[in-house]
Parts: sequence; C-alpha cells; structure tokens
Amino acid sequence: MLELRDICFSVNDNGKVKQILKNINLTIDDDKFFVITGPNGSGKSTLAKIIMGINKPTSGKIIFNGTDITDLSITERAKLGISFAFQQPVKFKGITVKQMISLATGSEVSVGEACKFLSDVGLCARDYIDREIDGSLSGGELKRIEIATIVARASKLTIFDEPEAGIDLWSFNSLIKTFKNLKNKYKCGFIIISHQERILDISDSVIILSNGEIKEIGSKEKVFSRLSEIYSSCTKLVEEE
Amino acid sequence: MELNNIDKELLKTIADLHEIPEGAYNIRKDGKLVSRNVSANIDIVSKTDKPGINIFIKDGTINESLHIPVIVSEAGLKDLVYNDFYVGKNCDVTIVAGCGIACGSSEDEGHDGVHSFFIEEGSKVHYIEKHYANGDGTGSRILNPVTKIELGKNSYMKMDTVQIGGVTSSKRDTNAELDDGAKLEINEKIMTDGNEYAETNFNVDLNGKDCSTHVVSRAVAKNESNQIFKSIINGNNKCFGHTECDAIIMDNAHIVAKPELTAASTEASLIHEAAIGKIAGEQIVKLQTLGLTETEAENEIIKGFLR
Ligand SMILES: Nc1ncnc2c1ncn2[C@@H]1O[C@H](COP(=O)(O)OP(=O)(O)O)[C@@H](O)[C@H]1O
Ligand SMILES: [Mg+2]
Repeated sequence: MLELRDICFSVNDNGKVKQILKNINLTIDDDKFFVITGPNGSGKSTLAKIIMGINKPTSGKIIFNGTDITDLSITERAKLGISFAFQQPVKFKGITVKQMISLATGSEVSVGEACKFLSDVGLCARDYIDREIDGSLSGGELKRIEIATIVARASKLTIFDEPEAGIDLWSFNSLIKTFKNLKNKYKCGFIIISHQERILDISDSVIILSNGEIKEIGSKEKVFSRLSEIYSSCTKLVEEE
Repeated sequence: MELNNIDKELLKTIADLHEIPEGAYNIRKDGKLVSRNVSANIDIVSKTDKPGINIFIKDGTINESLHIPVIVSEAGLKDLVYNDFYVGKNCDVTIVAGCGIACGSSEDEGHDGVHSFFIEEGSKVHYIEKHYANGDGTGSRILNPVTKIELGKNSYMKMDTVQIGGVTSSKRDTNAELDDGAKLEINEKIMTDGNEYAETNFNVDLNGKDCSTHVVSRAVAKNESNQIFKSIINGNNKCFGHTECDAIIMDNAHIVAKPELTAASTEASLIHEAAIGKIAGEQIVKLQTLGLTETEAENEIIKGFLR
C-alpha cells in the first residue's frame, strides 16, 4: 500500500515560485488498477516522479507498506518494490535489450525469458533481443521495450506513464491482458497514467488531476461526467486565448 | 622461456588467449621470443636487420588466424619492434596483436610496435589490437603503436583497437592508403583514468576510385586524464570517408577531438562527426529506478558505451 500525505511540489520558475502539485492525499491499495488522468501539464508525470523518488516533494510524506520513504533514494525505493516506466524512454548506446531486461530483473535472463516479455508488448522478440537501445529504434519500439523492461521487474507497485503512446491497437489489447495477468499473479498494485478510455475501463479507480490538484477519485462511471467538464473547460480556455 | 601466471593473465586480457592458440602465433616477452608456430599458409621469419618479424600469408589463405601478443614485465625495459605483414591475394584472415605491460617497479616500461600491413588484391583482414597494463609499480607504462596500412584493390581491413586501462601514456599513429575499391573500417575504444594520457592520430588517404573508410572512436576519460583524438581523411578520388568521435568526459578530464577532411576530387564525399559530453543524468536516473546505485549505473553505461 502506498500513501501520499499532503504532498506539495513547487519549483523556482525564473525567480517565481511555481506550484506544480498542491496537497495531494491519496491511498493506493495493493491488487488494484489506479488510473491517473487529466489534461496535459496537470502534474501527472511529476506525481509519478515523486513516488519513484526522482523528484523530492517540497512538503508532505510518502508511506510505502508502513515505511516512511520520503527521504529514501530512487535506488532504495526500487529495491523496496517500486517501478516506473517512463513517458519518454531513455536511450543507451551499447546496452542491448536483453542486457536492459537483465539489469531490470537483477539477474541474467535467458533468451527465452526475455522473448516472453517482448512478445507481451507485441514485439517480435528475436529481432530485438540484441538490438541496442539507441536512436536506431523508433519511438514506438523504444516505448514497448521500456514497458517490457518494467513488466519484467514484477514489482509490488508499478507506475506506467502513458503506456499507450506509440502502440498499435492490437498490441494495446495484449498489453491490457499482460497488466491483468500481472495483477492476478503477483497481487501487485498499478498506477497507470493514461488518456485511454480502454484503460479507464479496466481500472478499479480513476484519479482526475487538474492544475496540480486531485479533482475527483472514484469508479470510471462516477468520475466520467467530471472528466468531460474539465476537458471542455480546457478547450474553452484554448479557444478564448 | 616459461610464462608465469601474470603473463598468462595478461595474455588472456590482450589476446583472449587461455591456452596456446590454434594456428600461427608468435609470443614475445621482454624483447625475446617465447614461442612460435607457423602453419602451411602463414610463415613467420625473424628480421635480421632490426628487431621484429616478417609475416608472409600465402594467396588464398582462408579462415586462418595469427596471434602475436607481446608482454613487457622487466623493470625498465623499453621494447621496440617492427612487424611486417605481407598478406597475399584473396585471403580471409584474423590477426590478433596486443601488448600487455606488467609493471612492478618504479622504472618506466614500454613497448613501441611498428606494424606494417601490405594487403593484396581481394583480401580481407580482421586486425584486433588490445593494449592493457597492470601491476603495482609506480613506473610509467608507455605504449606508442604505429600502424601502416596499404590496402590493395578491392581489399578490406577491419581494425579493432582497444585500450581499456592502466596505460600511463600512449601515442597511437595509424596511416592508411587505399587503392581502387578498397575499404577500411577502424573502431577505436579508449578509456583513460588517473593522470593517463592517450593520443590518437589517424590519417587515411583515399587514393583509389570507389574506396571508402569509416573511422569511429568511442572514448571515456575519467579523473585527471587527457585524451587527444585527431582523424584526417583525404579524399583524392571518387570515394567515401566518414569519421566519428564520441566521447564521455568525467571528473576533471580533458578531451580534444579534431576531425579533419580534405577533398581533392569533386567526387569525394566526406563526413565527420564529433561529440563530447558527460553521462546524461537521465541515463543514471533510469538505471537507478531499476535498483542500481549511481556508481553501478555509471559503470553499466560506460561498459555499454565501450562495448
Ligand atoms: N522541474 C520543473 N521546472 C519547471 N516546471 C516544471 C518542472 N517539472 C514540471 N514542470 C511543469 O509542471 C507541469 C506539470 O508537468 P507534468 O507533470 O509533466 O504534466 P503531465 O504529465 O500531467 O502532462 C507542467 O506545466 C510542466 O511544465
Ligand atoms: Mg506526463
């Protein structure tokens, strides 16, 4: 279980304090799919980075399975069982897909195991296993490899930041199946940042973030009307500008 | 002369040799011949006018290998050797050279190898050269390899040169001349640490019609070390040349990268790329999210980069 208590995050933006997250209170249970959705720039990725330890909150506490992890490093949180698939995957010259999966699982994986994770995200494994994770791969390929790497970790809590980007519909269905299997097999929790209705459909709970604040938490049906409100006010703003 | 355990360790590192190799070989230690084997197609003959060997590879020699490792372990020794490789027509051979220095004293040790390759029409040569030094001595370990390459018509050479640690000072000069249709690929990997100094100079003359070259260097400079990379490609005919230097700089290191292109033909197509930068922060963060510490992350990134 993950608890966020009164999390605030602000940055110094050209001498002005810019508040990106405001008093976030949230409890993420194990064995559940939580989906965070909301307009671009609402603070979703920032929240994920705060949970992973990449950003340190300005104030507030993070409790993971009873332990206060607010001051723990990224590495320590990873070792406790938190994983994070980046919205924008990072490239590495010379590190192959198989090596990256091995680093992620913490031990040398066999070709067979690595292939299984890759086919889960719709990649024809044999073509990729020895490829370097560098600029020679397309955005969609990098994204799928990123997801496969994180799936391989089978962590207690996994955050996926917009996993749908760069994935075709067919692979997307298989990705959802993979998420479901993982949940059943490991009884682990998921936070999926997404704009996809299909992902909202499989969620146990949807969190709407707007302007750095939680506007609504609840089932898809419950939050749906609120969601259209927020998005239409956004479009209005754009039209007015 | 017998090889001790330190020697065997060095041989493993520089020439991937665990046992006495198959095929032709010439093992040199402290300026003297340790053992030699010739094959039906590869002959090795000591020079009579200066230190070194002449290697003759017969026309049409296919899938054979030649190992010529050098070990320097004697305090104060400065070994100088001239090796000439005569590769006949239509061969396909692998040549593994390497120098390991074990320095256990306060005196400087070194090896200067001058390697000349005369590669005839239609031959393919894979040349692998590794440089490595170890030992607890405070003396400098100095390597100054010179490589001269003459590539005949439609011949091909791939040169992998690796210097991964412990060499106090190195100056590596590589000069190549290419005839019609010849192709030269050079991959250099260098890592320096401490106060080490490594200088590399490539000079490739693309003389023949439709000849081409790729000169690619990947380098990591740590601590107070210094690296200089110069790569000159001269396009004198219808040809293609590409040189690339990609370097990671760390701590207080210093790196110079100077690619230089000269064209003497409108049909010459030449490209250079050079990039120097520190390890990207997001790469370290990414590996930390997989449970690696910052140091482990850096090591994996460098290991991959120099792979
Ligand atoms: N380090 C930072 N400095 C300044 N602004 C930032 C920083 N990190 C995020 N932001 C800003 O915070 C807002 C939320 O960003 P982000 O969390 O990436 O949103 P989302 O993922 O919901 O699209 C954006 O306006 C972004 O520009
Ligand atoms: Mg985002």
